[in-house]
Amino acid sequence: MSEPLIFKRYYVWQLPVRICHWVNALSVLLLSISGFLIGYPVIVGSSPESFLMGWVRFIHFVAGYALIISVISRLLWSLNDHCFSGWREYFPFLTREGRKQILVMLKFYFFIDRKTPDAVGHNQLAVTAYVGLFLIFFGMFVSGFALYAEYAPGGTMHAVLNPVYLILSTQTLHLYHHIGMWLIICFVINHIYSVWLLDIKEKGGEITSIFSGYKYTTKVHVFSEGKECDENGCFIKVKK
Amino acid sequence: MSKQQNSDASEKTEQSLETREYSVGEILKQRGVSRRDFLKFCTAMTAAMSLPASFATSVAQALDEVKRPTLVWLNFQDCTGDSEALLRAANPTVGEIILDILSVDYHETIMAAAGHQADEALESTITKYKGKYLCVVEGSISMKDDGVYGCTSGKTHLEIARKVCGSAAATIAIGTCAAYGGIAAAVPNPTGAVGVKDAVPGATVINLPGCPCNADNLTATIVHYLVFGKIPALDGKGRPLFAYGKRIHDNCERRPHFDAGQYVEHWGDNAHRKGFCLYKMGCKGPATFHNCPTQRYNEKTSWPVASGHGCAGCSEPQFWDTMGPMYKRLPNVPGFGIEQTADKIGLGMAVGVGAAFAVHGVISALRKDKKPEETREG
Repeated sequence: MSEPLIFKRYYVWQLPVRICHWVNALSVLLLSISGFLIGYPVIVGSSPESFLMGWVRFIHFVAGYALIISVISRLLWSLNDHCFSGWREYFPFLTREGRKQILVMLKFYFFIDRKTPDAVGHNQLAVTAYVGLFLIFFGMFVSGFALYAEYAPGGTMHAVLNPVYLILSTQTLHLYHHIGMWLIICFVINHIYSVWLLDIKEKGGEITSIFSGYKYTTKVHVFSEGKECDENGCFIKVKK
Repeated sequence: MSKQQNSDASEKTEQSLETREYSVGEILKQRGVSRRDFLKFCTAMTAAMSLPASFATSVAQALDEVKRPTLVWLNFQDCTGDSEALLRAANPTVGEIILDILSVDYHETIMAAAGHQADEALESTITKYKGKYLCVVEGSISMKDDGVYGCTSGKTHLEIARKVCGSAAATIAIGTCAAYGGIAAAVPNPTGAVGVKDAVPGATVINLPGCPCNADNLTATIVHYLVFGKIPALDGKGRPLFAYGKRIHDNCERRPHFDAGQYVEHWGDNAHRKGFCLYKMGCKGPATFHNCPTQRYNEKTSWPVASGHGCAGCSEPQFWDTMGPMYKRLPNVPGFGIEQTADKIGLGMAVGVGAAFAVHGVISALRKDKKPEETREG
């Protein structure tokens, strides 16, 4: 028997992070459903006045704007100095220590080892996936708004996105937009499964953390610059 | 000039020379076009150019005074469909008028001269009216192997285009082939076909794509040039905004059915008979910019969607490659064999990922957790 170790409580997800997360989740859900209905309109209008497709498209555009505003807000928020929401946390694959932790997580997933990474906030493999997700989001914004702006050629949005039209045809944009949706759906399946799994395996309140903001852990987060953080997620000076 | 021209070959040219100093209004009068018909034409052109109705008088005034322009018409890799569209309209009043006001000094299909005499007519026109004549190009230009796959009177189309389009006041690329290479440029493009702008980058080119181009748009473009003395405002793909500035989908007479959620599901079904939206039948109206719904073809008689068939997207670059399959909404995904849509592949991916994690979950549940001393739980 080892000596009892207390789970330490960390404030990992600040309120803006949680709001952005749920706006993203809701928008992606709405965008996928309405987007699918735009591609395959199984809806049947009873009369020419019913405007069913009109509303579906309206929901798609509003959700699209909500998502881009949320993603931009989150990117701006990552400029702050918090340990777990700052932009530095998103590129562990650039440091040796980070790559080591990614390998630990991969070994866990492939049943090679039972150890999970030294992470309090996002684990190092997850943030790498989020960088990929944001890149897909970026592709979806470009293709989505390029398709949207075609209602007003010569408008500001159309003019800004003009290089896109010169490279890709409208039909190709549609194709990439569909593929992007399926990649995001695959991400969502992975994401929900992983938080569920780690909630059980780490017993740190992984799932409730995105509601409350707090996680419980026995671990110490590995930061690239050898920094440490306190229970509020603020950087503290290293004693060494 | 008239010395160089001899015998019957230059009859047409000489006739144009005689009348070239007359204004368009005077010529039309000579040809027996009534003032009423002329004003009707001016009003129709004002509408085609998307100008307010009040401009009709200005258009009439300008056309009254302007000198008839010289025009040469070049046929390259084409099917002459655009010439046909212009000449064989069911009720060709507008077509007749435009031919009357233009001095078509060279048109391989309809000119009386042939052989060396025709070559001389072209040569003399482009020399005498250098920088002033209009050039209409029909068909794509072969670029592969120095353009040997398309030749007229021993010269490659590329060579002719560089010479004629290069010293024209403006070149009108009529039809999708001349504008973007069209069907000849479809994969694998054996002749290296391109549009005029790609073959002669230095030329002033107005693209009037469409398969065929709507003759009304050609007439309006020329009238715009005559009235304002400059080419019309163009979009990012070199097309006049007055004709290609709006998406077909946004001006379509079946658009209310799209917004309502009323779609044709099968050819000949009840919805098809009622004239519902052709979106699910692969109509490319949402991806195509053209004024077909408002201008229509053959003296505004009809256009594809009005006749119950979806838009094929013929006025967009590379439409033969990017707009297919004709009766499907989305292109197929290359590399996955035929009939594999992005959504089939995507659904397969999502099911695969879901199944993989389900298996992972079962294995994780059966697997023992870390030993108590390793977890360091309190």
